[in-house]
Amino acid sequence: MPVIEFQHVSKTFPLSRGSKLLRVFLEERLKGHHRQVFYALRDVSFRVERGQSLAVIGSNGAGKSTLLGLVAGLADPNEGRIEVNGKVAALLELGSGFHPDLTGRENVFLNASILGLNRKQTEKYFDSIAEFSGIGDFIEEPIRTYSSGMVVRLAFAVAIHIDPEILIIDEVLAVGDQAFQEKCFEKIREFKRQGRTLLFVSHSGDTVKKLCNQCVWLEHGKVRAIGEPGPILDEYSGGKD
Amino acid sequence: MWHGDYKFVLGNLVKKDFKVRYRNMSLGVLWSVLNPLVTMGALAYVFAYSGIFTKSPRPHIAVFLLTGLVPFNFFTMAWNTGTNSLMENYSIMKRVMVPRELFPIATVLGNSIHLLIQIAILILFTFASGLTVNRYWILLPFAWLMELLFVCGLALATSAINVHIRDTRYVVESINTVLFYFVPIFYDQQDVSQNLAILYRYNPLAAVILVHRRVLLEGVAPPGDIFWKLPLSSLVVFAIGWFLFRRLKAGFFDHL
Repeated sequence: MPVIEFQHVSKTFPLSRGSKLLRVFLEERLKGHHRQVFYALRDVSFRVERGQSLAVIGSNGAGKSTLLGLVAGLADPNEGRIEVNGKVAALLELGSGFHPDLTGRENVFLNASILGLNRKQTEKYFDSIAEFSGIGDFIEEPIRTYSSGMVVRLAFAVAIHIDPEILIIDEVLAVGDQAFQEKCFEKIREFKRQGRTLLFVSHSGDTVKKLCNQCVWLEHGKVRAIGEPGPILDEYSGGKD
Repeated sequence: MWHGDYKFVLGNLVKKDFKVRYRNMSLGVLWSVLNPLVTMGALAYVFAYSGIFTKSPRPHIAVFLLTGLVPFNFFTMAWNTGTNSLMENYSIMKRVMVPRELFPIATVLGNSIHLLIQIAILILFTFASGLTVNRYWILLPFAWLMELLFVCGLALATSAINVHIRDTRYVVESINTVLFYFVPIFYDQQDVSQNLAILYRYNPLAAVILVHRRVLLEGVAPPGDIFWKLPLSSLVVFAIGWFLFRRLKAGFFDHL
């Protein structure tokens, strides 16, 4: 049984996403014309087995975030079929689940609860989360006093403790320093050894090669290439230059 | 799917709203106390002591104004912030499958902490004015609960609409500003012309204020029909809000 399977998945968005104002809404109702749609994903198929890790690459607007959103169950596809088996945890964009005025401790509780832990589990894992993040006494300080690296470290520490079957990481790790990145990679490898699945979005070819054994290259919402990361990344970075 | 603990998330979100609002204010929760008092002072000046509208101030003017202001303040604050609650948490909604209903409901509940503080002030003023406890006080929690239900319903509806149509929050703000004149805060509902009584008959907010005034000021039971009209209208609004939210939430991801 695959952990994630996409079969001919398409996802569209109504165009003019910037202007969701009452005026636009009324105009559309009165004139009766419908918004045009654009395809964020078009006929995407792939399959991830247990313990595999899939990298999603592509330029901005290629549909990477939409794909992650569909895996997380945030929306249904307009066409095609999606199967996801297992608990999904997403590492939020650079601390976006955090509030700058709350302390690290308060944010850990808030974030853990949103990602699906209960109080007992959060209390049990708290010390381990704080230790993994390595931010020390800053845990009692408001997040706004943190460097961006510290925020990512804390966010990653929470996400990895959710104990998901599928972990989604969206190009945030690049912010952490070398030592912490190494620590994260180690944790991710351990995570994969336990037979869990990683979904990874990154622009860094090296990281993808290190962590993933499968790669999807999206271009304008379509799959341009899928398979071993090595050759795809070569072509991807070659095309960019 | 999301497997988390509803109560735990709700508790954390409520705490967040409360802490965030007050952490950066040197006076902290005192603002919750000062805010209605300042408004009360201004209203007391204009409508009671300035001689513009009446020659002599009505008895227990402070309690009279606060019985209107306290439920009104909670209502507008909770509705305004509730309407914006989904957009405020949009970065979470873009990533995590956490039940969306929790955001507006948590925001409204967070505001009820201020309601409790303001109720304490109201009761303090009630005693200071020489009024005493009577058996109808037991009806006050009923009124607060109904108001809570009513605002939750409205916040569910408008927060969901606000994701689809972004200027909904400004519409809500405007309604709240105008509403100040259409609920009996600085005047008595009985003084309103009979032709306009319809404006107040099915208005849960006016009903809540009426209960406060009858119970705290006059020490008598509120009109009997309030006991079915208020729950009915609050429940209907909540049900509509809930239903609308469920209808609209499927489209949230497309509109964020």
